[in-house]
Amino acid sequence: MTTNEYTVALAGNPNTGKSTLFNVLTGLSQHTGNWPGKTVVYAEGFFTYNHNRYKMVDLPGTYSLYSNSADEEVARNFIIFGKPDVTIVVLDATALERNLNLALQVLEMTSSVIVCLNLMDEAKKKGIRIDAGKLAEKLGVPVVPISARNKEGIDALLKTIDAMVCGKIKTKPIVVRYSPEIEQCMEKLIPRVKEVIGDAYPARWVALRLLDGDMSLLHAFYKLFPSKKEATVYACDGSAKSI
Amino acid sequence: MPSVKLQRLSEAEEGEHFRIEKLDIKDGTMKRRLLDLGFVPGCEIIVLQKSPLGDPTAYRVSNTTIALRKEESDHIYGERICDDNK
Repeated sequence: MTTNEYTVALAGNPNTGKSTLFNVLTGLSQHTGNWPGKTVVYAEGFFTYNHNRYKMVDLPGTYSLYSNSADEEVARNFIIFGKPDVTIVVLDATALERNLNLALQVLEMTSSVIVCLNLMDEAKKKGIRIDAGKLAEKLGVPVVPISARNKEGIDALLKTIDAMVCGKIKTKPIVVRYSPEIEQCMEKLIPRVKEVIGDAYPARWVALRLLDGDMSLLHAFYKLFPSKKEATVYACDGSAKSI
Repeated sequence: MPSVKLQRLSEAEEGEHFRIEKLDIKDGTMKRRLLDLGFVPGCEIIVLQKSPLGDPTAYRVSNTTIALRKEESDHIYGERICDDNK
C-alpha cells in the first residue's frame, strides 16, 4: 500500500485552541496556554490517518495576515510559499465576527481550506447556535464544528481532511469584491502578475498586496525567482503604483 | 438621532460605550492593524479600565479585550454613549 505525505497548516486567531487541536491530532504536547503570542515560530508534528501520513504545522495565532508583524509574516509566508495541501482555519465559535476576518483572508490565498469551529462547547454554554451548513455554503469550503478540548468532532475533521487531499471535495471560496476603483486596477494588474510569477501563486491576492504596497511580499518573491531580473519583479510593483 | 459632535475614543470614560465613526490615521499599517483588531466603523465598544497611570486603556471589542495607548485611541473618532441613556 502506498503512503502519501501531506502537509496541513493550522491558522487562527490567538487563543482559539489551535495548539490544543494540534496536540489532539499529533499526540504531542506542544505547550498550550491562555495567552497570545505563545506560538512565536511554528511547531511541527506528524500523524497518520487512513494510510496517509500528515505533517501538521501549527502557525502563530494572528488576527490578520496583513499588518506585517513577524508572527503574521511567518503565517502568511507559510500559506503562500509552503503550499500546504490543506489549511485549517480554527475559529472561536464564541467570537465568530472577529474570527471571520482571518478566515476571509486565508480564503483569498488558497482554496484548500477547511474551517474548523472550535470551542463549540463554550458557545453552547453561552447560548450561541451556529448553522455550520449555512456557513459552509456562504464561505464555499467545508465547515466542521469541534471541541478540541473534549475531543469532539475530531473524527469528522479527519474525514474531511482525508476527503480534501484525495480530491473528493471541490471548494469554491467566496470572493471578496472591493470598490470598483480597486477592481479596475486589479483587472489591469492580474495579467502582469501572472506573467511574472506564473500560475503557482494566487494572482488576485498578489495583485491586492501590490496595490497595498506590500514590500515584504515583493522581497520574498524576488528571493524565490532569482533567475528573473530584479527589474521584472519590480516592474510589477511599478505598474501597481502607476495604476 | 440628534447629530452629535464626534469625540475621540481617548476621551471616553471607564464603563462608557463608544460607537466608532471613523479612524483618522494616515499610516496605512497602523490603520490596518486597528481594523484587524476589531476597531471598525459602526462597531460599538466598551471602555473597560484605564491602567493606573491612565495609559494604556483596555477596551472590550467584539468579545475580546484589547488595550490601546492614547496615541492610537486619539485618532479613533465616534460617539460616546453614556450609561444613563440605557
